Amino acid sequence: MLPACADPSTLEGLSWYLCYLTTGKHLSFYTSFGTVLLLLAVTAPAALALGFGGAMLARSRVPPLAWIGKGYVAIVRGVPDIAFFLFFVVALDQGFEYLRHRIMCADWDQPVRQGNDFVVCDIAKLPLNSSPQWMHEIYGFALAVLTFAIVFGAFAANVLYGAMRAVPRAQMETAEAYGMTHRQTFWRVLVPQMWVYALPGLSNLWMVLIKASPLLFLLGVEDIVYWARDLGGSKTPQFTDYPHGDWRMWYFLFLLVFYLAFTRVSEVVLDRLMRRLTHGQAIAGGEAQRKTAMVGPA
Amino acid sequence: MRTLTLAGAVACLATGALAQEVVRLATEGAYPPYNFINDQGEVDGFERELGDALCARAGLTCEWVVNQWDSILPNLLGGNYDVIIAGMNITNERDALIDFTQPYMPPAPAGYAALSGDADIAGGTVSAQAGTVHAGHVADTGATLLEFATPEETVQAVRDGEADAVFATHDFLLPIVAASDGEMTIVGEPVIIGRGVGMGLRESDAELRDRFDTAIAAMKEDGSLNGLLAKWFPDNSPQF
Repeated sequence: MLPACADPSTLEGLSWYLCYLTTGKHLSFYTSFGTVLLLLAVTAPAALALGFGGAMLARSRVPPLAWIGKGYVAIVRGVPDIAFFLFFVVALDQGFEYLRHRIMCADWDQPVRQGNDFVVCDIAKLPLNSSPQWMHEIYGFALAVLTFAIVFGAFAANVLYGAMRAVPRAQMETAEAYGMTHRQTFWRVLVPQMWVYALPGLSNLWMVLIKASPLLFLLGVEDIVYWARDLGGSKTPQFTDYPHGDWRMWYFLFLLVFYLAFTRVSEVVLDRLMRRLTHGQAIAGGEAQRKTAMVGPA
Repeated sequence: MRTLTLAGAVACLATGALAQEVVRLATEGAYPPYNFINDQGEVDGFERELGDALCARAGLTCEWVVNQWDSILPNLLGGNYDVIIAGMNITNERDALIDFTQPYMPPAPAGYAALSGDADIAGGTVSAQAGTVHAGHVADTGATLLEFATPEETVQAVRDGEADAVFATHDFLLPIVAASDGEMTIVGEPVIIGRGVGMGLRESDAELRDRFDTAIAAMKEDGSLNGLLAKWFPDNSPQF
């Protein structure tokens, strides 16, 4: 808090807003933007990795592996996101605690389910009851990332599966004619070429992921939507130094601008990436680039 | 292998005794004066002060957790925290699911607030927070119930003309009516509902409940609970 803000009731105009916008609560609001960006930064690669694994499994020539890959994609794509978000967080949390309980408190003689209660021994709790609050928050955040990665990984798997099949068969046959093994063909010929086919689908996913980040609030993480709703709500003088009416519209407008700006930047970056990936590819875009390059800048 | 199990058992007992001392209290943080988030971003209000005082008396270290109202019961049962202290009225339905301490607040008068004194509270549209005794009460009257997730939204619905009146405790409504410069007014007579407000705990946590029960009884006895009630609630609110 700035020293000039010691007595907010005397402030007016600009200095009131300056003090209002730097309260501890507002700082938490600003920090939560970092939370959302961190979520995206961690979730995107994790989902891509899961998607890649899922696509490889789905392509596998060993039937059980292919079933796992295809089952994963089919189940996650078929169930509403929100049901998964609610299910996974509870199921993962209780699943982890149950496993730890079985390992760490093997001599526990009471049932884990007691009526409505889910009870595990104290040292099996995740995080421990005695852990500071920030550890609970990090744990909640990690559960959220895992859930997002599982859900978006399935969509990414489907996109990558399609992209792998879109690489021209002639490319693979040529590689095989050179005597490459199945594994070599996959890593040296198929994977480098598939990204250009995958990118439109993946960029779509990225956009949806950005817009899905307010679901964090649903998972109990205090994200930008939570703070915007709380800060925007009308405040009576008895409970705050900065009473105001219903300002939720302005806070949500700010979120709208934030999301629009963020998706716009993403679009620009993805466009550039697409141009790079198209370079030298045996598709219409690559051919067009080649012709322009041959003619040269006029 | 045997030593490992033994060491595990010892560790289990040791940390079990230690971990017992940290208790996680959950509140909603959106229901002044019971509980709200202050300008510094911390939990504040009557229940913050009461909870800290009770923990000090019971010799417990308490951590505050903010949880949305609509998932506050399931998360208690799932073990994410140990106590609900969020202006929760003791009702038979809730009592079947969890355990309550003795009330730390007597049954509080509830009532309607509206934009005009002649709002139709008997047959019109009345807003209330979902999953509360107040929503239950409105549903039992002839009025159409309009539910919202947070207390704030129930009041806003009246300001926006979406609802004819809002039904909630007077403790919550009176400061809002007072701050509205005559825009809003209390309508009708206050109704006493519920059996008082208590702390909610898992049924399997009887020992912890007893410790809080003892602390609440002690605070009732020496008058410090009445002092807190007088500090946070309007002058004519019921006391012990």
